[in-house]
Amino acid sequence: MRMLEGEKVTKYFGGLAAVLQVDFYVEQGEIFGLIGPNGAGKTTLFNLISGAFTPKSGVIKFKGEKISGLKPYKICRMGMARTFQEVKIFANVPAVQNVALGALFGAPKSVSTAEATKEAEELLDFVGFAVPKNIPAGGLTLANQKRVEIARALATKADMLLLDEVMAGLTPTETAEAMELVKRIRDRGVTVFLIEHVMRAIMGVCDRIMVLHHGEKIADGTPKEISTSKKVIEVYLGE
Amino acid sequence: MDMSLFRSRRLWIPGLALLVLVGLATLPLYGSLYMTILMTAILMYIILTVSWVIFSGPSGYLSLASAAFFGVGIYTSAILLPTKGAVLPVLVVVLIAGAISFVVAVLVGALTLRLRGIYFAIFTFGLVELIKQVLIFFEISVTGTRGRFIMLVDTHTIFYIMLGIFVVLMLTAYFIRRSKFGLALRSIGENEEAAAHSGVNVTMVKVITFGISAVFMGAAGAVIAMRWTYIDPYIAFNPLFSFLPVLMAIFGGLGQFYGPLIGAAIFAYLEEVLLTKFPYYYMLIFGCVLVGTMLFMPMGLTGLIQRGWRRLIGGQHADA
Ligand SMILES: Nc1ncnc2c1ncn2[C@@H]1O[C@H](COP(=O)(O)OP(=O)(O)O)[C@@H](O)[C@H]1O
Ligand SMILES: [Mg+2]
Repeated sequence: MRMLEGEKVTKYFGGLAAVLQVDFYVEQGEIFGLIGPNGAGKTTLFNLISGAFTPKSGVIKFKGEKISGLKPYKICRMGMARTFQEVKIFANVPAVQNVALGALFGAPKSVSTAEATKEAEELLDFVGFAVPKNIPAGGLTLANQKRVEIARALATKADMLLLDEVMAGLTPTETAEAMELVKRIRDRGVTVFLIEHVMRAIMGVCDRIMVLHHGEKIADGTPKEISTSKKVIEVYLGE
Repeated sequence: MDMSLFRSRRLWIPGLALLVLVGLATLPLYGSLYMTILMTAILMYIILTVSWVIFSGPSGYLSLASAAFFGVGIYTSAILLPTKGAVLPVLVVVLIAGAISFVVAVLVGALTLRLRGIYFAIFTFGLVELIKQVLIFFEISVTGTRGRFIMLVDTHTIFYIMLGIFVVLMLTAYFIRRSKFGLALRSIGENEEAAAHSGVNVTMVKVITFGISAVFMGAAGAVIAMRWTYIDPYIAFNPLFSFLPVLMAIFGGLGQFYGPLIGAAIFAYLEEVLLTKFPYYYMLIFGCVLVGTMLFMPMGLTGLIQRGWRRLIGGQHADA
């Protein structure tokens, strides 16, 4: 089943086509990767999918329903959650409450505060958060802030996660842990759509990959196909 | 030690609150009439400040619309309680004033709460001026009057209604702070985009809270109008009532639940004293106190007290 589908998705900033006529789909249960040079339009595509922006033209469908034009909170409650390239956490709120917020507001069914807190604690354990859970999130290391963000996204009971450069800025050990975590998230039954800069990471973990360049899709396929594609090597890998 | 401190805190705070409440409720029995009038004014300032904090504290949206909602309440009283005889019972008028302020706030909020930072502050302040000018225009060209007289209401009645508003407000503020609604509001203040993408209907949360805070400002305006007995658009929509709540909240400290409350109480009392003793310099002294507060106690009065307290009890806890 196709979890997410985009048809001729387009977004302009002034005269600049940040995303141009992009077609894509993500199958249920897969790990789908999105790569491309800086400024290629990757984050913009995530913003279009999650409802931060509305596409100028084109349609985005999630679980068969059109979502382009809906407010972010509605899309979230339908089962799509995201993280941000520049982590966005609630700095003065304890880590566990950062996560509980997702459970309280983002889930399709409402839960009590006690249940939300319990779920938040379990999810923080799941993502490998190993410091006291009541520390305000602003005081955490980058790796732990990213864990909080992922746990918050999972707390919304998402069926699909959009991860924007989760491995950027992490140490090699942390990157390996993050790759492991992405696989464990998929094993929970959550479809993963991730943007990544670290080539080694994305080649090892993704089922399929799409490449964007100047807002346009220049290739998609298995990691092997991508790494041998002439066009991709020309514009990207061969840089 | 931490636990025992926590447990005793849980007991003494409601205990103290109850004691203060009983003291206030019986004030007319042992205090002078002047005390009752002074206390009514102090309660009014506390209501304005705490209701401002309900919205602007956690959300980070600096509202300068307080004077508008307060003024709407004042005018509601003026229209429904003319000297020639009340149209409705006093308490009903207060409730209506709160309801009208709520509606105005929800409408204004729906239009302006997508503005961020200083733009929102400027727009909300513009609202005060806008309503004032419309009223002046209306009074000059339609009713041909200037200002209105309001029915005389018993001092004790005014005091008890103000006290009632205060109690309901404190309970509301407490429950919002403790509820998941409060968490949503805080998350909006910390990072609105992240809140929206975590399932919070940010527009609704902001608009509703803005409306709730306006209810109390409007109600307080309606009550105090009964004490002022004469009002006109300049008195009712005085921009000072937009700034005072902000200043009193900062003075008391936004970090603690009781900070704005204490700030408003001290500030209102000082105003009374300064106004009678130094009628010409009191705004100047006011200004100095405020600048001093911001420079030397950025966490406000309660922040200062807390730091001192922590140092006293051992102080391993960081200021967080
Ligand atoms: N909010 C915005 N306003 C204007 N231009 C933007 C905005 N966001 C992104 N852009 C521009 O769109 C292009 C694509 O950006 P982005 O999607 O962030 O790229 P990527 O994530 O692939 O590095 C860039 O040229 C960027 O400058
Ligand atoms: Mg990006």
